[in-house]
Amino acid sequence: MITDHPRIVTARMGYDDSHTLARFLATGGYDGLRKALSMTPAQVQEEVNTASLLGRGGAGFPAGRKWSMRRAADTTYLVVNGDESEPATFKDHMLIEGDPHQIIEGAVIAAYAVGASQAFLFCRGEFALGYERLLQACNEAYGYGALGPDILGSGFALDLVIHPGAGAYICGDETGLLESLEGKRGFPRIKPPYFPAAIGLYGEPTIVNNVETMANLPWIILNGGAAFAALGAGSSAGTRLFALSGHVERPGCYEIEMSKTTFRDLIYDASLGGGVRDGRQLKAFIPGGASSPWFFPEHLDIGLDQDAVGKAGSMLGSGSVVVMDESTCVVRAAWRITRFFARESCGQCTPCREGSGWAEKVLRRIEDGYGREEDLDLLMDLCDNIAPGLGWPPKQTTICPLGPSIPSPIVSGITRFRDEFLLHVKEGACPMPPDEVRRG
Amino acid sequence: MAEAGLSAENLAKAEAIVALYPKRRSALIPLCHLAQSQHGYLTSESMEDIARLVGCSPAEVRGTASFYDMLHLEPVGRYVVAVCTNIACMLAGAYDVLAHAEDHLGIRVGQSTPDGLFHLEEAECLGGCDKAVCVQVNHRFFGPIDEEGFDRLAEDLADGRLADVVPPHGVLNRVSRAVGLPAKAAAAKRAGGS
Repeated sequence: MITDHPRIVTARMGYDDSHTLARFLATGGYDGLRKALSMTPAQVQEEVNTASLLGRGGAGFPAGRKWSMRRAADTTYLVVNGDESEPATFKDHMLIEGDPHQIIEGAVIAAYAVGASQAFLFCRGEFALGYERLLQACNEAYGYGALGPDILGSGFALDLVIHPGAGAYICGDETGLLESLEGKRGFPRIKPPYFPAAIGLYGEPTIVNNVETMANLPWIILNGGAAFAALGAGSSAGTRLFALSGHVERPGCYEIEMSKTTFRDLIYDASLGGGVRDGRQLKAFIPGGASSPWFFPEHLDIGLDQDAVGKAGSMLGSGSVVVMDESTCVVRAAWRITRFFARESCGQCTPCREGSGWAEKVLRRIEDGYGREEDLDLLMDLCDNIAPGLGWPPKQTTICPLGPSIPSPIVSGITRFRDEFLLHVKEGACPMPPDEVRRG
Repeated sequence: MAEAGLSAENLAKAEAIVALYPKRRSALIPLCHLAQSQHGYLTSESMEDIARLVGCSPAEVRGTASFYDMLHLEPVGRYVVAVCTNIACMLAGAYDVLAHAEDHLGIRVGQSTPDGLFHLEEAECLGGCDKAVCVQVNHRFFGPIDEEGFDRLAEDLADGRLADVVPPHGVLNRVSRAVGLPAKAAAAKRAGGS
């Protein structure tokens, strides 16, 4: 169902100058911050708890609960995670380029709630234009008084540093990101400690929140947590950005009311995806980023709801949906995603480092027509070594979730399309057509 | 080769960047971007400068930089052309576009043209999936790009028609932070501290 929900994070996206302070102020910008500063930090946190805002980075952890887990200390840091790199995810990219002030406003509200006087916004290095716009917005925010020693005359002080990444998927993991922010290789940290809220940046309590999570805060403060919670259903409250790509007529980033809208709506509705390209049949789709197990046509009527998707054996993850039509070679698709994990594995843990590399090689062998029938069992066995039992959510044998993500495309592909894998072996070549170049 | 380190102007910028962070080492990656904007890659001399500025050894700078895809330890062409081939772009024919790019430029992935103008990379997902096939030139986005689109892009770059959109390789941003005084220090000053 396509609902007439309010546009919470994309309200300014229609304007050419949506990234400027002038447009921001003309459209209610920093009003949420002004209101937050008139409340106590505890009241701000209470609004966010009421909103039942789930973190929008991928894990879907309740934002308010994350804040309340912080260890009491003299110094608390806020780190905003804008290192969006999950394949086929481009929502934070849009928010960073399109409405940087909204993210900064959210960050100041969050910092006020958790008592941080120093915040960092980690921007993916490859988003060069977005980084420029964040820097520009940061300069403007200081000038306007939304950042600095006495924010909007409230006496609250916050310094914000826009920090550039340098190209590493693993830095999207919050402890990998903190290592990178400390000037090191982005190696995720060994747990425990489990949460940066206890021991984070420089060993101090650190709240790490996603860009889209921050972008929701001004609206929640202005309209109340209850108004946010009234959207969606159950624990999936509010709206959420979904990045739709692959074989659809209208790829793009859409803000949608959670839970009430289904994958069918997202892919087929004329106002959203507009259907599979050229009226072709849907073969499979990835429901929540490359790390998520695939869905198939029978899953189309599941709502865009964290719990419902979880119950069906996958995850809403980073909110990116990739559509694959009937012409798609599943071996090639599984190989390409596996290759990504092999390239981006940081190398600390053996199951991930070795497993991803070997899985990629075996998949490539099958795609190139040199596969053997027993390769399918070999791949399943290999995946079982990375995430024992091959269940969902996966069992973890590694420091961070990258490793257990590796089996998702492989197990999805082999379980559902075993015959297509075997046909590669029998014919000694890929039986599927090549990917057609999309014309601009 | 004394000039292969950071210029006087960039040394001053580097000090300002270091001052933004509670700990100097946090400035390591921003300083690598700064050094790369000067030389197009990380020279040994600039890594020595960075090591001195952030308080670690040059080997630690190199060891950290080598982890990250965007930081180059060897010279690359003026325009680093990165064709994304990850899932969304692959489904839109990225491997054909990449093969075409190799033919058109006469180089393979990972190589630079002899005139130093182009360097070709196969990229992981760049977050431009609604514009697949997505191509970045010096981390500026173009797309959707098909074979003819690639030829036009390469011509426009070679003829300098995109100079306003695409700064030289290594320049991550053309905006500088105009405010430097940490709020904490100002608050401490207000409170009568040092």
